[in-house]
Amino acid sequence: MKTTTLQHKLWMSATGLFLCFFLVIHLLGNLQLFLPAAEAREKFSWYSHLLAGNIIIEIIAYVLYASIITHTVHAILITSKNTEANGSKYEYDKRGEASVWYSRNMGLLGTIIFLFLIIHFKDFWYQYKFTNLPLDAKGNKDLYTIVVKAYQQLWYVLIYEVALIALGFHLLHGFYSAARTLGLFHPKYVKWVKVLGWVYTTVVTLGFMAMPVYIYLNSLS
Amino acid sequence: MKLNLKIWRQDSFEAKGAMVNYPLDDVSEHMSFLEMMDLLNETLVQKGERVIEFDHDCREGICGQCGMMINGRAHGPLANTTTCQLHMRSFKDGDTIYIEPFRATAFPIIRDLKVDRKGFDHIIQAGGFITVSTGQPPEADSILISHKTAEAAFDAAACIGCGACVATCKNSSAALFTSAKISHLALLPQGKLEAADRVINMVDQMDAEGFGHCSNTEACEVECPQAISVLHIARMNYEYNKALLLK
Repeated sequence: MKTTTLQHKLWMSATGLFLCFFLVIHLLGNLQLFLPAAEAREKFSWYSHLLAGNIIIEIIAYVLYASIITHTVHAILITSKNTEANGSKYEYDKRGEASVWYSRNMGLLGTIIFLFLIIHFKDFWYQYKFTNLPLDAKGNKDLYTIVVKAYQQLWYVLIYEVALIALGFHLLHGFYSAARTLGLFHPKYVKWVKVLGWVYTTVVTLGFMAMPVYIYLNSLS
Repeated sequence: MKLNLKIWRQDSFEAKGAMVNYPLDDVSEHMSFLEMMDLLNETLVQKGERVIEFDHDCREGICGQCGMMINGRAHGPLANTTTCQLHMRSFKDGDTIYIEPFRATAFPIIRDLKVDRKGFDHIIQAGGFITVSTGQPPEADSILISHKTAEAAFDAAACIGCGACVATCKNSSAALFTSAKISHLALLPQGKLEAADRVINMVDQMDAEGFGHCSNTEACEVECPQAISVLHIARMNYEYNKALLLK
């Protein structure tokens, strides 16, 4: 037995679904940003501190970093194999009429998300882990202020919105594609996987998109 | 009607090809696409030029021989149609039509619009045999198969191996073809004994032939003349994963 592209796909699928699961937890935690400012400051920073100090969360964090890297590496391997398989290009190409655009552009969407992650990690994750942030009343690092300050800039909010739209389309195709790769094909449930993918994508994407906008609009008033 | 055809001409596998313009008059809308090509070739014969080579056989949409990229789509603008079942009424007078061979590294161009689809044969061969009793013909009902299962297996077996799935795939993947062959035998009791070996060998062979992987864009199902369902790909993945875990 050889290592086939199907095995690369299995890695993509497993890491992709883990990242999907992570997004739900990330979204639920961040919902605290919608609380009234004083309460949000206290709870959000307390929550960040709670996560940073927990060994289980620590382990999950390492799985998360590994998943992002594995997902990216296998995507590059698969893409290079596909480029090789395609050979010469069509002179006149209308193949796009037979499928939806985001299913054909997962690599592009993934690249946008990856670039966004660099900004996202640098501005929040790195700041929190490796710099001395001011402390709040309870002695927790005040991540809330960093987040709110960031989203008070319109251009920064726009970068987030664009990246999250890319994430949305990536999830829309990725969620159900992962299920297919795992071989969950039962004809009775197959359409429900697509429906579930739509619901999941809509909730996660709109949920995250609302956060920078909410904070920006609050900062105006 | 009058057409302006732009057709890929290539002398051999090694030669460099190019699109060549061919204006063509007196095309009837009742002609099939291949008859239109015949008409063009007759004009070339009269001029003493080399005819445009393309694959064709039954011209009834069931053999899977004909296959061209027509205006950037596998088997032309209609969904689930072979090139021979595409008729000129799908085009308008004065149209420019681009005609190219199916392109994929695993489908090298032999000449003009003819490609070598031996890769498909190799995948089938990799599937190997199924165990059956030889000797006297068995009693017809000795292996019971429900009507639903028989129909589902036949839906997969209906694949005519034309290669449109590979041609339309952004990754030149043969997943739909391979999965149809795997699904066909995986559904039936006769194929069960070798199911695990078969799926591993066929998927390995698909890779060895240089086909890409499946991105689940589902374009193949749209272009497949037999409308083979992409769920066969999911079934292939299921069978493959099962074999990876249990074999």
